[in-house]
Amino acid sequence: MGYPHKLHARETPILSKHFGDSEARSVAGWRQRGGYRALEQALSMPREEIVDLIKESGLRGRGGAGFPTGVKWSFMKPGDGKPHYLICNADESEPGTFKDREIMRWTPHAVVEGCAIASYAIGAETCYIYIRGEFTEPLRIMGDAVREAYGEGILGRNAMGSGLRIDMHIHKGAGAYICGEETAMMNSLEGRRGNPRIKPPFPAVAGVFGQPTTINNVETLAVVPLILTNGAEWYKGMSLSNPRSTGTKLFSVCGNIARPGNYEVVMGFPFREFLYDLCGGPPPGRKFKAIIPGGASVPIQTVDEAEGTLMDYEGFIAGGTMLGSGGVIVIDDAQSMVKQIARLTRFFAHESCAQCTQCREGTAWVTRILERMLAGGGTFEDLDTLLDVSENMTGKTICVLSDSCATPVVSGIRKFRHEFETLITGRRSSTVATAGV
Amino acid sequence: MGGLHAESHAPPGSAAHGHGEPYQPVFVGERRAQLEEVFGRYPTKMAALLPALWMVQDAHGWVSEAAMAEVSDVLDLTPAYVKGVVTFYTMYHQHPVGRHFIQVCTTSPCNVCGAEDVVKAFLKQTGCGELGVTSKDGRFTVIEVECLGACGFATPVMINDEFLESVTPDKVPQILAERR
Amino acid sequence: MAEPKQITLTIEGRQATVPEGTSMLEAAKTVGVLIPHYCYHPGLPVAGVCRMCLVEVEKAPKLAPACATAVAEGQVVHVHSEKAREARKGVLEFLLINHPLDCPICDQAGECELQDYTYQEGRNASRLRDAKRFNPVEDFGGDVVYVPNRCILCTRCVRFMDDVAHEPALNVSERGDRALVGKFEGKDLTHPWAGNVVELCPVGALLSKDHLNKARAWELDRAASICPNCTQGCNTIIETRDNVVVRMRPRANPDVNEYFMCDYGRLNYRWLNGPSRLDVPMIAGGGALVEAEWEPALRLAADTIRGRRIVALVSPSLSNEELFLLRRLIDRAGGTGVFRVRTGPEAPLDGVPDLALRADRAANVVGAELLGFSRSERPLDGLSSADVLLVADAAVGEEDAAAIDRVGAIVVLATTLSPALGRATVALPIANVAEAEGTFTNVRGRVQRFLQAKAAPGAARPGYFVISDLLDAIGGGGGFHLPAAVFDSLAAEHAEYRGLSYAALGLRGAMVTGAGQLAGGAEHRR
Repeated sequence: MGYPHKLHARETPILSKHFGDSEARSVAGWRQRGGYRALEQALSMPREEIVDLIKESGLRGRGGAGFPTGVKWSFMKPGDGKPHYLICNADESEPGTFKDREIMRWTPHAVVEGCAIASYAIGAETCYIYIRGEFTEPLRIMGDAVREAYGEGILGRNAMGSGLRIDMHIHKGAGAYICGEETAMMNSLEGRRGNPRIKPPFPAVAGVFGQPTTINNVETLAVVPLILTNGAEWYKGMSLSNPRSTGTKLFSVCGNIARPGNYEVVMGFPFREFLYDLCGGPPPGRKFKAIIPGGASVPIQTVDEAEGTLMDYEGFIAGGTMLGSGGVIVIDDAQSMVKQIARLTRFFAHESCAQCTQCREGTAWVTRILERMLAGGGTFEDLDTLLDVSENMTGKTICVLSDSCATPVVSGIRKFRHEFETLITGRRSSTVATAGV
Repeated sequence: MGGLHAESHAPPGSAAHGHGEPYQPVFVGERRAQLEEVFGRYPTKMAALLPALWMVQDAHGWVSEAAMAEVSDVLDLTPAYVKGVVTFYTMYHQHPVGRHFIQVCTTSPCNVCGAEDVVKAFLKQTGCGELGVTSKDGRFTVIEVECLGACGFATPVMINDEFLESVTPDKVPQILAERR
Repeated sequence: MAEPKQITLTIEGRQATVPEGTSMLEAAKTVGVLIPHYCYHPGLPVAGVCRMCLVEVEKAPKLAPACATAVAEGQVVHVHSEKAREARKGVLEFLLINHPLDCPICDQAGECELQDYTYQEGRNASRLRDAKRFNPVEDFGGDVVYVPNRCILCTRCVRFMDDVAHEPALNVSERGDRALVGKFEGKDLTHPWAGNVVELCPVGALLSKDHLNKARAWELDRAASICPNCTQGCNTIIETRDNVVVRMRPRANPDVNEYFMCDYGRLNYRWLNGPSRLDVPMIAGGGALVEAEWEPALRLAADTIRGRRIVALVSPSLSNEELFLLRRLIDRAGGTGVFRVRTGPEAPLDGVPDLALRADRAANVVGAELLGFSRSERPLDGLSSADVLLVADAAVGEEDAAAIDRVGAIVVLATTLSPALGRATVALPIANVAEAEGTFTNVRGRVQRFLQAKAAPGAARPGYFVISDLLDAIGGGGGFHLPAAVFDSLAAEHAEYRGLSYAALGLRGAMVTGAGQLAGGAEHRR
């Protein structure tokens, strides 16, 4: 539900049903709300059956990439004699996204339960929940939940009396956006700089500590118990658009909008109604100008584009952007697009791990150009340079941070070129200082 | 380069620390036992690095070079390695900060909601004046931080471990008054 | 072990067949295609970060990093396609935006891969209109100085210290464009092999203090050599300017030193330019040594030797050719050959099997032993007054004074004349290792050639040449004018060298027969 706002009639609260209900946080409270039955059920099923069920449900990764979760799990080969690991990616850092934070704050046991089921399904005895260091409250709540689950015998050497070992540890991040990238997260967990790794090898072959590993997002794992309880058909049935995007999705809505918050809707929901009916439209006296619908890394949409979009993986692609993490950033007509694009590239420049040349140098360079433009020192040549440099930053690095930085630049200049031009021509006629050769 | 402190790196326990006080080792007694518990969670000792650095920061308020040397010693790493990791993660302070460390999110979603005015209000009313500078009374340090992951509650502000939501410039005096 | 599966692919229109698992970059080398790269180095783990080696692979959606991509059957790889060249051009531009472009004052100029590739395919003008990042120069300790502004963060140095030296003394600090290579204050780069980071650095970011501002790369002459400073026999390049050795660098040899050499060896070259060289034959006359022509000096030496038992005190850094002819001389006249070795602490390079700065600080200890010279701490104890002491470039000191006083006559072949040998009847000037060619046999029995890098001073001649003349002067067995001829005779006469020829040794060397039985022992890779 649109926490902190009250539930909207057109929402489908599956994950967010208990947001704001602090009694759901304890094991007892969670059990009263049907919790841990799915885990009990799962532990009595063959592993492959769980994997097949998740495959069948059509669940796709909610962290950004949208990879089918059941397929990912099927890459793990329990019984290969190696230790397997599950990592729950709770490093929610994509600007505009704050859904995992609410899931962990209100329904920590949904996460614990989902992690336990996934651990069992992939043959992992150890699960790490990697939570970003800034999430002090979720860290505390999740820590309490894990401790409680151990105390109740849900976790540990004999999880729920199954004779199976499921250990779960909270790992606190320390301030690095890139650690949300799965291979960077594995490095970080190992006590290294959070540098993304070259693939192959893929995590399912050689992941954290060199062992087969699966990494899933909080939202993905939290819905797993519900799919077990209610069945794949139930989950698949929740789709307004097409069978490749199933279930519900939590969208975090922020920026210049009347009712920012987390809204849970069925995949394929019309974006226009979402923005105006559920979220209340623009703030009084303003108009929407641009929407970044899937976190800072996805292409910017104009309002017109957004209004014709269906909210699912394919719908957002058709709308010239991506579902991403589901973090909807709304920018109204009082804002400078150049300034906001510069602010986004500054974010990526700050977060670049520094490994790949294009990213390390490119993110900082485009930021310098954009900030000079904002200060009145831009030229038309700069626009060409920005586009060309962005091209050089795209599709050429180990991870996609570099691409993510180029994305708002390219889509911003393409869709809001007039704002750049006004800024350039509006400047006082003076020669731009030329540094270097 | 590196930290602001040109201190020596004698072994933990003997190194000068912070403002001339002797370095107090972190991993003794109860904390040592805690660290041993942390070791048990991972198949390698190195994996305990981030948790160990958090323990250092909890104990000292920052991660000094002497602390890095101590951590490297306890985890069988080299101090250069530890420093490479410390400088990667922005939450480890490489120099002492004010008693109330104020981080204001200014990334785009908050920026469009007026985060810059929140920063200005904190800078002015704490007396810090500039980002990253500790106020003369040692109470406050204000920095801008990249996305805190609470964009729907613009502007989120972290003060030490406390997470404040929906902060606006007019709330700043009250926030500071509660933190003398 | 099963033969690895062979993979055939096309690179720049050429067909390459390589073992499965080979990287595209290495596969390209086999068909003569160099894929530009910075972070990749065959002696280090793959990092795949500079992104310079991106190549276009037909049917692949994205460019592939050739260093980190294993070959696949039937692949068609384009290195110089429009798309690949544009990508590299982009990388070069990125690497240069914060680079000071200070080639005129940079030691690396002329041997800089950033310079080379930019010249080859970079942009001819910068589009940067903003200020550059700046970081001050830092002394890393040891022989190494770091110029961060020139650094391209390829991390070769960091990986060398981590994965080869096994002493992570360097790191990447900070992130984004603030990142730079760092070390821990108070922890200098003192590892005995740390100097290799200078060699590994593809640009002018890590420089040798020893070599700083000494020479421009294009002024140097280069010769393949063998490090004379211990028995490991690291392959080297001796670089000279105006007949002066100014630098010694490792030369790759997978069987001996891979790509590396230790700091002790690297920096121990000044003696090759020694100022107090014996550069003219000297003969005793009027209670002192006086200059002489070669002919009378050689005749005097022959007359002195003839009829006496020889005790030859030799340097264990003489070449096999010199030692072989000395052996002939000793056998002819009757006598014995001995040597003494200066030793020091051994310093292994942990990441490379059987590579170390060896305790024996001389190049040819094994070669000397194989030719029947015996090692001794007190080599002159058996010397009698009837003997002739033949000192062949061996160090003599205070401890030898009594023996030297006792002996009947002294003949010297030397690069420098020790004051302790003032009583010599004759002293003949010979060339040092940089001034002649020849072979050494290393600690594991690998025979390796070194080439001449500079001219010998004054009238000095190669040692084998002088000894050959001496042999002729006392009755034959000489007649050698080329080291190849000496070596081939050696190979014919000594079982360990049988089957080897000077020409076939090439620049990678060959093992002596029975190398496994050498002192030092058991099964060794090298």
